[in-house]
Amino acid sequence: MGLTSKYSIFTYHTQNMLEIRKLHKSYPIGDRSLHVLKGIDLSVKAGEMVAIMGSSGSGKSTLLNIIGMLDEADEGEYILDGLPIKDLTEKKAAVYRNKFLGFIFQSFNLINYKTALENVALPLYYQGMKRKERQELAMFHLTKVGLADWATHLPKELSGGQNQRVAIARALAANPKLLLADEPTGALDSKTSHEIMAFIQQLNDEGKTILMVTHEEDIANMCKRIVRLRDGVIMEDTKVTQLRAEQYV
Amino acid sequence: MFDLDLWREIFQSINKNKTRALLSGFTVAFAIMLFTILFGIANGLENTFEKFFIKTAENAINIRFGTTSKPYKGLQIGRQIQPDSKDLSYIEKEFGDNIEYISPRLSRTYQVKYKKEKGSYNINGVSPDYQYIENAKIKDGRFINLKDIKSKDKVCVIGRLVEEDLFLKESAIGKNLDLEGVVYKIVGVYSDSGGDSQERVIYAPYTTIQRLYIGNDDIGNITLTYNPKLSVDQGLALIQEMTSKLKNKFDVSPNDQRAVRIGSRVLTEKKRLNNISAGLGALIPIIGFGTLIAGILGISNIMIFIVKERTKEIGIRKALGASPKSIVSIILLESISITTITGYMGLLIGIGILEAIGSNLERYFITNPSVSSSLLFSATIVLIIAGAIAGFLPAKKASQIKPIIALRNG
Repeated sequence: MGLTSKYSIFTYHTQNMLEIRKLHKSYPIGDRSLHVLKGIDLSVKAGEMVAIMGSSGSGKSTLLNIIGMLDEADEGEYILDGLPIKDLTEKKAAVYRNKFLGFIFQSFNLINYKTALENVALPLYYQGMKRKERQELAMFHLTKVGLADWATHLPKELSGGQNQRVAIARALAANPKLLLADEPTGALDSKTSHEIMAFIQQLNDEGKTILMVTHEEDIANMCKRIVRLRDGVIMEDTKVTQLRAEQYV
Repeated sequence: MFDLDLWREIFQSINKNKTRALLSGFTVAFAIMLFTILFGIANGLENTFEKFFIKTAENAINIRFGTTSKPYKGLQIGRQIQPDSKDLSYIEKEFGDNIEYISPRLSRTYQVKYKKEKGSYNINGVSPDYQYIENAKIKDGRFINLKDIKSKDKVCVIGRLVEEDLFLKESAIGKNLDLEGVVYKIVGVYSDSGGDSQERVIYAPYTTIQRLYIGNDDIGNITLTYNPKLSVDQGLALIQEMTSKLKNKFDVSPNDQRAVRIGSRVLTEKKRLNNISAGLGALIPIIGFGTLIAGILGISNIMIFIVKERTKEIGIRKALGASPKSIVSIILLESISITTITGYMGLLIGIGILEAIGSNLERYFITNPSVSSSLLFSATIVLIIAGAIAGFLPAKKASQIKPIIALRNG
């Protein structure tokens, strides 16, 4: 501890929410290997809202999966809010995902036999929270996405937009550092897409850091920064003026 | 540790997927039901053996005499061994403590007549002890007594069916019975639970038979019961000792199997019964184990299918922070719950069927088929273990599901 920060190799109290350096990832295909990510460097500060764009096969989903700890990089560093993510056991990955990350998927990925409330409460269950407490908290988040009246409904009784809002409430329930959204509007019509985007923007306004994979330009332009991937490298990383989604609703 | 939330998760999953649970449970319920019925029937068979077995006093021994089959001590082959009253006293003296009842048995078959009714019956000359050896129950009058033996009176005791055959509706007591021209007075009627043939026998004092038909004091065969406190093995040892002492007394070669034969139908039957029980005892676990294995394989198979069907759900749970352990618990406990609940249902159905048909099975040699409460207890344990075995592989498979792959298939 006698060393000053000038000499230390890692700075644990970085300002960056997300720090990725020289990230590589390959997949074996038959006896050959497909190099999907070829040295990605990316920093995201707290409170940013970043769209990751690219054609299919550009590596954008792989990058999001590695950030989401659903997949592991072959090489390179990944530091989440000062915590190096490496040598993850399944158990550790489960704990990190639960504590640090909230997922929003294109196909919602709700459990079909659980009610909206039960779906939202599930991450809290895996945190070991008491039943009453987690139901109260889940109800709070459902109210926040405007679905308090639908708490006891099953996913099949809800519309696509409602289901995605349940999924967002679920992603928020555990109060994660980072929200990861994989084509969150991919399965929705444009009106509903804009409603969902308006809501995600509102979350960002409240300070949540958001990373989103999309291939739709208009959705990307509702973020504050666009990172374009091609053939496993970052082609372009630009700050954009955020289009507000409310005006389309 | 009891985790109410975990059980809530499991019962929600079972409850929301009733068809699936029912399907997987059916195999187990059916296997356990079959097992219960088989087990009950096996018990019923054993009960039947037990019942047939108790027809004669369990500790009865028959000593039969015949001709020698081997030359010995310079004596010829084919010599008839014929014990008399003195030999009876010899046995009583030698084995007194170990003998409970003893009687000679002079067996003859005679034409028997009462008025116009007649038939061919087995006449046994016996002593008063014979009543207890044969387990004959006196219905009317009395059995042969010591006074009859001493006075060599022409009295007899007839079986219940002899009375029925010859006397029709009348009472036989005090009536005179014609045994090939010699008239005997009937002093008693007995019944015997050993079956019809046992109730078609006529008993007379052995001394009377000796006086009227033999002319000396030969006693034919000897029947006795040994001390009931002796175990089966001690009984067998007693038979061994008795055989060698008698062979020695009559100068019969120790290897001669014909001249002196001590048989205890009961002991051999007991051995046979033990063998049958052991056979059933070995067969039933094999059958039971087989059905159980089939049940386990069935449920395991369906659990693998369930895991496949739930791949996406498991992927979601993992993405939300479910540890591999919690996934294993869910699948394993679901398997155990389904196995135990449906297994118990199968058990109850099996018991119900046994209760319903049990009393109609006596003609198939199955008496009172049932399963014991200790079986119910061990069945519970076995079911839990079976469920755990059945669920283990699928649970392992589930815990290895990669969320990224699970979520992609959706």
